[in-house]
Amino acid sequence: MHDDPVVRIVAKVLIPSIMLFAFYVQFHGDFGPGGGFQAGVIFASAFILHAIIFGLNRTRHVWAFRPNLAVLCVGVLLYGGTGILGMLGGGNFLNYNVLGDTPQAGQHLGILLVELGVGMSVAASMVMLFFAFAGRATHNRFLSSKERNDE
Amino acid sequence: MMSDMGQVFGHWNVYLVIFLMMLGFYTLIARGNMVKKMVGLNVFQTSVFILYISMGKIDNSTAPILTDNPLAIYANPLPHVLILTAIVVGVATTALGYALIIRIYENFGTIEDHELVDFMEDEENTL
Amino acid sequence: MIGDLLINVGAVSLLAIFAFWILRTRYLVGVVVVSGAFSLTAAALFVVLDAVDVAFTEAAVGAGIATVLGLATLTFVPHFEKPHRFKGAALGISWFPALLAVATGLLLTLAVSDLPRFGSADAPIHNHVAPHYINESPNEIGIPNIVTAILASYRGYDTLGEVIVIFTAALAVLVLLVGRTRSRRDKQRKGRRQ
Repeated sequence: MHDDPVVRIVAKVLIPSIMLFAFYVQFHGDFGPGGGFQAGVIFASAFILHAIIFGLNRTRHVWAFRPNLAVLCVGVLLYGGTGILGMLGGGNFLNYNVLGDTPQAGQHLGILLVELGVGMSVAASMVMLFFAFAGRATHNRFLSSKERNDE
Repeated sequence: MMSDMGQVFGHWNVYLVIFLMMLGFYTLIARGNMVKKMVGLNVFQTSVFILYISMGKIDNSTAPILTDNPLAIYANPLPHVLILTAIVVGVATTALGYALIIRIYENFGTIEDHELVDFMEDEENTL
Repeated sequence: MIGDLLINVGAVSLLAIFAFWILRTRYLVGVVVVSGAFSLTAAALFVVLDAVDVAFTEAAVGAGIATVLGLATLTFVPHFEKPHRFKGAALGISWFPALLAVATGLLLTLAVSDLPRFGSADAPIHNHVAPHYINESPNEIGIPNIVTAILASYRGYDTLGEVIVIFTAALAVLVLLVGRTRSRRDKQRKGRRQ
């Protein structure tokens, strides 16, 4: 599929737009439909499109496995950390009222951070799922050729 | 008249959800192919989602996003939250199921229930 | 109102057709693709039922990612379901599972009469915590989207568990699929070679 110029150019136009839309969904989630879960999945779909068009190896080159794992963990930690931050400020776990000058400002900041954590970990986990499934195919091809050499 | 229609169609909605649910349930337990079992599970799951979301709906309501209109009726946002998270967890478990299917195929060369059972019986007999 | 109901009933009927199609066809690529269509139709239904956030998620996750993962799985496994007759199967129906499904369906149908009318504002679900969320969240949280307010703040603990579930699932898939894994076939092949 990667030899088709139409597909390549359309993908090059689409991938940044998809990422931009993901950020819109992420940060506009307070005002309209959207939020971390949806934004994460949309962001991951940009990488999936890239991998389908240009091949998994080139996608791995753009976005390697280890930073992806790091983002996955940082997302969960950011969520938990926001909860701990509320405790340090004197409230309960995941009570955002104490994060800002007024309870409302605190809630806004807390929701922003928490949604960001959700978005990061969902995006990273979806990319990781796709890498795992698609990588298995290339990995097995590698194994079988190696086994062929053994025999 | 309007409310009569609502009565009939409203419950009709729930009846259809039950029908969908049982189609998914039947696909899950009657088919031997594991990919089909997973898809059946998804059908089951989605029909449960529809049941929940149907309960949150109020006549003439709008989406639960605050507007300037003080008379606006909002749909119940609580089932929306529950289902929103359930969908994402659903895809995570589906991915795990597919991963297990791939490993099962690599190990046993089949993803059909009855062939797996035969395989295991053979193995027990040889031991 | 009536239009909404018609769309509602039409979409659920379409879903039933898709589900029946999934049950009958043996071509698994078709099954996975139709399950994507199923999710997309469900998303359209959620829009009619005023659950825009849920519709958004279902369209992105159920119709997008789940279908992609299903197709990725089918690159490994056979594309056709093998015909198999269970004990006591006749006319293409396995009677014991069918009996079980019909019995469960009948029990659920009996329970439907206890449900409040669809769309009634005085149903129990609308009189518990939901009025608090709708009336107080503008003052307590101050963001227009009530769903986000509940998701991230009122039920933040719930969502934390959710994120951890996704995290764990991603790690489990990683353990199952990435890297060199031993398989029974490898062992057998090795045994034969010795």
